[in-house]
Amino acid sequence: MAIIELDNVSKVFPPAHRGAAPVSAVEDVTLHVEAGEIAGIIGYSGAGKSTLVRLVNALEKATSGTVTVDGTTVTGLSERRLREVRLGIGMIFQQFNLFSSRTVWGNIAYPLQIAQVPKSQHQKRISELLHFVGLADKAHSYPEQLSGGQKQRVGIARALATSPKVLLADEATSALDPETTRDVLQLLKKVNVELGITTVVITHELEVVRAIADRVVVMERGRVVEDGAAFDVFARPRHPTTKRFVGTLIDGVPTGATLESLRANHTGRLVTLSFDDESLPQSQAFAELISGGIEFELVHGGMEDIQGRSFGNLTLALRGEDAAIDHALGRLRERVAVTEAA
Amino acid sequence: MERLWELRDLFWESVLETLYIVAVTLGIGGIGGLVIGVALYVTRKGGLLANAPVSIVLNVLVNFFRPIPFVIFIGAVQPLARLVVGIGIGNRAIIFALSLAAAFGISRIVEQNLVSVDPGVIEAARAMGAGRFRTILTVLIPEALGPLILGYTFVFVALVDMSAIAGVIGGGGLGNFAIVYGYRQFNPAVTWVAVIAIVVIVQVAQFAGNVLARRILRR
Repeated sequence: MAIIELDNVSKVFPPAHRGAAPVSAVEDVTLHVEAGEIAGIIGYSGAGKSTLVRLVNALEKATSGTVTVDGTTVTGLSERRLREVRLGIGMIFQQFNLFSSRTVWGNIAYPLQIAQVPKSQHQKRISELLHFVGLADKAHSYPEQLSGGQKQRVGIARALATSPKVLLADEATSALDPETTRDVLQLLKKVNVELGITTVVITHELEVVRAIADRVVVMERGRVVEDGAAFDVFARPRHPTTKRFVGTLIDGVPTGATLESLRANHTGRLVTLSFDDESLPQSQAFAELISGGIEFELVHGGMEDIQGRSFGNLTLALRGEDAAIDHALGRLRERVAVTEAA
Repeated sequence: MERLWELRDLFWESVLETLYIVAVTLGIGGIGGLVIGVALYVTRKGGLLANAPVSIVLNVLVNFFRPIPFVIFIGAVQPLARLVVGIGIGNRAIIFALSLAAAFGISRIVEQNLVSVDPGVIEAARAMGAGRFRTILTVLIPEALGPLILGYTFVFVALVDMSAIAGVIGGGGLGNFAIVYGYRQFNPAVTWVAVIAIVVIVQVAQFAGNVLARRILRR
């Protein structure tokens, strides 16, 4: 069941100044996020992903189309009714956006006050949340006394305070170093798995998506250009933008300078085998080559693991009689994608 | 020196009068300035209550009143003072004029300090479901409190300065004391006693403001 439904949603910002053209940030996007999944929305800056995520909790009002969250149509809702909806949607930010005038405790108490949770229950809920994010000893610190990773943990605790069903993460790890990023992503995964909270992660880093997303949505110029299960998008990217993103993380078929350099350093025919979990296993492919009397070495590429399923592109330098190589490749082609460098 | 001794009761009375005028003005003008300043900030483009017509009217109003030299302002608003506080002279009239002038001046200081608040924290509060007025009262103002206190301290000092002119419409205070008993009676010692008293008041106020702001800002 979809918990977030965007149907033909567009957002046009009025011109920044007289004479300028209106800015179309989101164009005719239809996107359904299933309950319990982690959807990663990826795109370059300016692709409209931050605007898109703000349409969900109506921090930005859609120009057209409908947005429905957990059965409530958000578009056209009054400010008063929106407040109730927002209590069910947590949000975390790139710059954490903690209240510098409040302690960690005070930051987490704030949404409880808005939700009119009786003060007698604050103690229990806040310490529960602090334990969950691993900051039990920081309750009385002020934000400026915390590291970036700790700040984002407070942000997560604060976003979870009112037990929302949906968590929106807007570039939540973009201001963090790689190690802290991993920790925070693990925490987001924990939020999803242990609390069953549907999570929408906005990012420009494919690493983030690879680490936690079940589903990948690629945006470009306000439009969704690709949308699919994480494994499929990584293993078989279709749109050029998706291919570019995936290419930064995963070695594909070598081209250009990479190919030149491989040619210079290796003799033989360069052939790339693209494995995935439906193709011939590597061991059988290699056995085929060996039985044909073909010498080979692995010169480029590697295997990736996405959500427990593996795939990858392995480029081999093959040496032997051309006829034997052609014969072996012919047999391999039936069960695995084969690309020979021209 | 003997003359000083004779004037000692009058001197203390003047000290209290200055403090009274400034304190009441800071209360009334301070609240007025806070309200106008917040209104200036939230009605800006992209603000919590963005409203171009209100914003323009407020800006014109503030810009109209702010540049008027206070000594002229007192005379200009005298008819209004008669209408509002029932009298055009004396301490009540001076407090009225001073509060009005202060409110417009303070509003800009408030606006400036609110602009420096990270819009991200306001967005965070809104995302949590906080209403607009709640966001203003529980996030916007607390986040700007440190600089606001320094701003109000600055205003206190400016009010001590401005209140010295109270004598022109029969108000009291140290300014009037210095002019009437010091300057006009060729008695520099009396003038200087008033000067020193004012310097002491200003120093104490600035010190208190700094300490308070430092505690709020935790640095």
